[in-house]
Amino acid sequence: MQMLIEQLLNGIATGSIYALVTLGLTLVYGILRILHIAHAAVYTIGAYVGVWAFRLTGSLVLSFLISMGAAALLGVAIERFVYFPLLRHPPFVPLIASIAVFLSMEEFCRLVAGPQILTFPARLPFPGFRIAGVQVSETLSAIYCITALVLVCLWFLTTRTELGLAMRATAQDIAVADAMGIDTHRIISITFVIGSAIAALAGMLVGIYYNQVYPTMGAIPAYKTLALIVVGGMGSIPGAVMASLLLGLAETLLIGYAAIPLPRDALAFIAMIAVLMWRSEGLFGSK
Amino acid sequence: MSGYLLTLATIMAINAIAACGLNVIVGFAGQISLGHAAFFGIGAYAAALLATKAGLSFWAALPLVVLLSGTIGLLLGLPSLRVREDFLAITTIGINFIVEAVFNNFEWFGGALGIGGIPRIVLFGVKLRNEAFFLLVLTALTLVMLLCWWLTRSWAGLACFALREEETAAASIGISPVRFKLLAFVIGTAMAGLAGAFYAHFMRFISASDFSFPISVSMLSMIVLGGIGTLWGPVLGAVILGILPELFRPLIDYRILFYTVLLLIMIRFQPGGLLGETSAVRRLFNRWIPVPAS
Repeated sequence: MQMLIEQLLNGIATGSIYALVTLGLTLVYGILRILHIAHAAVYTIGAYVGVWAFRLTGSLVLSFLISMGAAALLGVAIERFVYFPLLRHPPFVPLIASIAVFLSMEEFCRLVAGPQILTFPARLPFPGFRIAGVQVSETLSAIYCITALVLVCLWFLTTRTELGLAMRATAQDIAVADAMGIDTHRIISITFVIGSAIAALAGMLVGIYYNQVYPTMGAIPAYKTLALIVVGGMGSIPGAVMASLLLGLAETLLIGYAAIPLPRDALAFIAMIAVLMWRSEGLFGSK
Repeated sequence: MSGYLLTLATIMAINAIAACGLNVIVGFAGQISLGHAAFFGIGAYAAALLATKAGLSFWAALPLVVLLSGTIGLLLGLPSLRVREDFLAITTIGINFIVEAVFNNFEWFGGALGIGGIPRIVLFGVKLRNEAFFLLVLTALTLVMLLCWWLTRSWAGLACFALREEETAAASIGISPVRFKLLAFVIGTAMAGLAGAFYAHFMRFISASDFSFPISVSMLSMIVLGGIGTLWGPVLGAVILGILPELFRPLIDYRILFYTVLLLIMIRFQPGGLLGETSAVRRLFNRWIPVPAS
């Protein structure tokens, strides 16, 4: 019983982190219809900037801000210099560009910071608590709280503010939104700022949770989150969050309790292909 | 030719065969595939298992290998009928990861140790090595390119081009998207399987990581660099991406960075590739030898 609860708690934490990374991807897909694989590079660079800022300043809050700021700049730069000029080409052109950006940034990190694993010995000052006789660590509690906070903020932003309305309009139909006087290019940039900042947040949380930051840490999220936005229904934020949590739980429980001959990272793709064959619009998507 | 150059040339020719297959799927039929290495791997593993476990000769196994790769390509091409472009891209990435995981985790496929001791190809009682092997692969590449060339002029090829440009319009004049998309998948994956069989018998040892997702990306890079949908593009791409790492061997640590930045610059400024219709190379060539006004 105690074991099961521990597994559930870990599963939710894994799922929360998937959700944070997938959010940015969903936002970008919703607005530009581009599979933004380079998002995982933003996540990695966010973690690296976070480690450096933490070593320099010693302040966790400051390193979170610096890392999110740097990631936002990087995200906008990718949008301006790579995606925007390629929008009129068939979708595989920006996709290939995105893979190229991702792989080159991974290499950049390896060359600058070295291939070794950096430790991230920060403590997240959140209160730990006990649930059903199981101690929830500070880090886990921080992951839950921060994810919940991000989700609430994003929900408020997209449904209750004028900017959110403009974002939804742009996602629905860029040309019409343009005609209605929305500065769609600005909205696209803002989307990249928000998505990239959340990715950096996720990168730092993962770095602290596992106490390691390394150049290829983005490789698995890069492709797994793609499967998640498919299962969640392309571009649907609640769908992506649900799919992430489900996958986090499923992976942890299946690895803990069932003898599966395949590595856990293949599971996401098997689930995705099964979902696609059964409901091609995704589990939570609308036709 | 020295052994070093010969090995390099053989690998380039094998890659060119696989890239031609990918070009049929992506360039001719307009279906994005990011999992081509999976089919390259299926061909290689099928050839290796048939040779080491079933004891078949290369020539007896070859039709089976090509048939098997094409059949699995047909099955995995089915998602392309149900899903749109971006979904297909992700699905094929997924297929690549799953196939690699299966090779890596099932004892039957050699697991993490891979498969070794694959015999050399024997032709008329002579074991093929060095020049002879290269000539064999070159012959196969020529046949593959002839097939591609024939395809561009055949009814099936024209139907594929029409689907690539505008599926709804093509379907409205009676071109079945199902038939021709699947046909492109079968031909393309069978070519990858053929390349895989040569790879297995050339390296004589294979393991799952030889067919991982980055290999698919590099195959896609070959056709993007050379020119998507052109006849010579995949070959040119395979040759350039084969030679570059050798030229930059002193900078081996920066190789992948250089590679990926090159791909980025290429796709950003010249998405049609070196031999594409609007490419700088082609414009230069046309200025040099003017096209007669028609």
